[in-house]
Amino acid sequence: MSFLETFQLSLKNIWGSKMRTFLTMLGIIIGVCAVIVIVGLGNGMQGYIEDSFDQLGTDSLTVMIMGRGSSRSVSEEQMYQMVEDNGDLLKQLSPSVTVGFPLKIGSDTITSTTVTGVSEDYFSMKGYEIAQGRGLQYTDIANREKVCVIGQYLNLAYYGGNAVGQTLRIGPNAFTIVGVMAAETDDLEEGGTDDCVYLPYSTASRVSSMGTINSYVVTVWDKDRIDEAKLLVESQLYSIFEDDDAYSVISMSEMLDTMNSMVNVIIYILAAIAAISLVVGGIGIMNIMLVSVTERTREIGIRKALGAKEGAIMRQFVIEAATTSALGGVLGILAGFGLSSVATVVIANVLEEALTVRPSVGAVLLAFGVSTGIGVVFGYLPAKKAANLNPIDALRYD
Amino acid sequence: MSALIEFRDVCKTYHMGDTVVRAADHISMQIHKGEFVAIVGQSGSGKSTCMNIIGCLDVPTSGTYLLGGQDVGAMDKNELAAIRNKMLGFIFQQYNLLPKLTLLENVEVPLMYAGVPKAERHERAQLALELVGLGDKLKNKPSQLSGGQQQRVSIARALVGEPAVILADEPTGALDSHTSREVLAMLQKLHDAGNTVVLITHDNSIAVQAQRIIRLEDGHVVYDGDAHAPEAVVQPTLAGNGGTAV
Repeated sequence: MSFLETFQLSLKNIWGSKMRTFLTMLGIIIGVCAVIVIVGLGNGMQGYIEDSFDQLGTDSLTVMIMGRGSSRSVSEEQMYQMVEDNGDLLKQLSPSVTVGFPLKIGSDTITSTTVTGVSEDYFSMKGYEIAQGRGLQYTDIANREKVCVIGQYLNLAYYGGNAVGQTLRIGPNAFTIVGVMAAETDDLEEGGTDDCVYLPYSTASRVSSMGTINSYVVTVWDKDRIDEAKLLVESQLYSIFEDDDAYSVISMSEMLDTMNSMVNVIIYILAAIAAISLVVGGIGIMNIMLVSVTERTREIGIRKALGAKEGAIMRQFVIEAATTSALGGVLGILAGFGLSSVATVVIANVLEEALTVRPSVGAVLLAFGVSTGIGVVFGYLPAKKAANLNPIDALRYD
Repeated sequence: MSALIEFRDVCKTYHMGDTVVRAADHISMQIHKGEFVAIVGQSGSGKSTCMNIIGCLDVPTSGTYLLGGQDVGAMDKNELAAIRNKMLGFIFQQYNLLPKLTLLENVEVPLMYAGVPKAERHERAQLALELVGLGDKLKNKPSQLSGGQQQRVSIARALVGEPAVILADEPTGALDSHTSREVLAMLQKLHDAGNTVVLITHDNSIAVQAQRIIRLEDGHVVYDGDAHAPEAVVQPTLAGNGGTAV
């Protein structure tokens, strides 16, 4: 009796008791479906994170100067020189000075706004566009002008869209708004990307009374060479400080990798929990196969009397269990894909985030393989029981 | 010519709790190719044990059973399965057809385990069913048939592998007298065609259809000879305890 014939026989037996088979498969179906949706959700989250990081710029490095453990320091001229000297790799540089004073517009004090001192190149480095007025200019920086460019959120929320020419206060100083950035995100919200004020870095460093600039953003020409650029900046800084605790260079793509591996760990843990359902499903299959062996004792006796060897009986029951389980796996995969599309729609509507739940081919193959394997493993015991039946007793069984 | 079936001092004992039951007690007999033999006995006479041993479903506790010259007692389970498949055709009292399979598939089962290719299997199973007069019901399920028809299917299944011995265990036990006669006539026909038929029954009126009767009682052979001799049907101990068929 060939494998194919045994398989056909088991399909016939499964079809003969549809309801029972379906209920038996339910554990496997739920388990496979859950694994596929969870892995799909993980893929979606990774895609979402990647998109978010793309906005932040995976072509940029953040350089932090701590100066710790060293009496030496680095000036912005040195930093500009470094970029210029390595023009084949490094594209642009901007200091980035975080201003600690709260922002005041009229009588309102606004704490959610990010106030940063940057160079005139910063907007092109980040891909920000100016919607009204002008951006920062070299002369603003050279003369330490008290001007600023604000985000669209502040423009609409506090100035009714006519911010250019008005003033705002940062700490004790008044600044004239010279430009408004185009909206960066669809939903302008408090504390978001569009809730920001940019000043000339020279002015910012003076108003915050910091001696040196302690943070820079550097962009590269080719984002695939970001690791190379990071090494270069690090070695340049090392030659100045001769102490690698004095500075830190962070690349967005590195952070992205870290985030991705964190998401992966979470997904693997969730998938493992979902996989417990597969084991439960396997036990369900074993249970029903044991019942089936008892019910079909007479059939087994007849087959043995007619010349079936133990191996043939064994094969029949193992293949039947594996077929049941694999069929459950296929249904689970279909259910998983269905649920993934539903989840994508639900996330889009409820959370208003574009997160596509994307089941991976690997997860599908794995789920199918594991469910078939479970059938074989949990089908073994009942099959062994069937194969070991004594034909005389089995024939007499009612 | 050596015997097809040979029992040499065969014993079979069972343990039932503390008591030892001697189901077969030093039985020796020979059945030759082409014979039509009835093994007769009341319930508990040991005829079922004999049938199990002849059918290679069980092995003797002691003594030797030779089937076609091979010592069955020394075989393991898989060898027994193989020899059942090759040498024996079973006809059971309860027909023992597989209810989910069609008649054709039922008859194909022994050939399937013998590894006969699909096309040849179909052809041979169909021929066997035609032989028993059911050539028009190949695709039917056993449940759609009368008892007599089902028993004919089981005869076809016993025949299809061209076994050396056709072993019929109370083949008429579940049938009315009319269909019983049909089935017996069919066994007779098989015998006429040169097959070796061993019929196991408790019923003397059935047993006399055979050429030769082997009568068992308490695990012993008490008569072995011509089915038509007067002694063949006499029960020496008149065990009128109304033993029923098993």
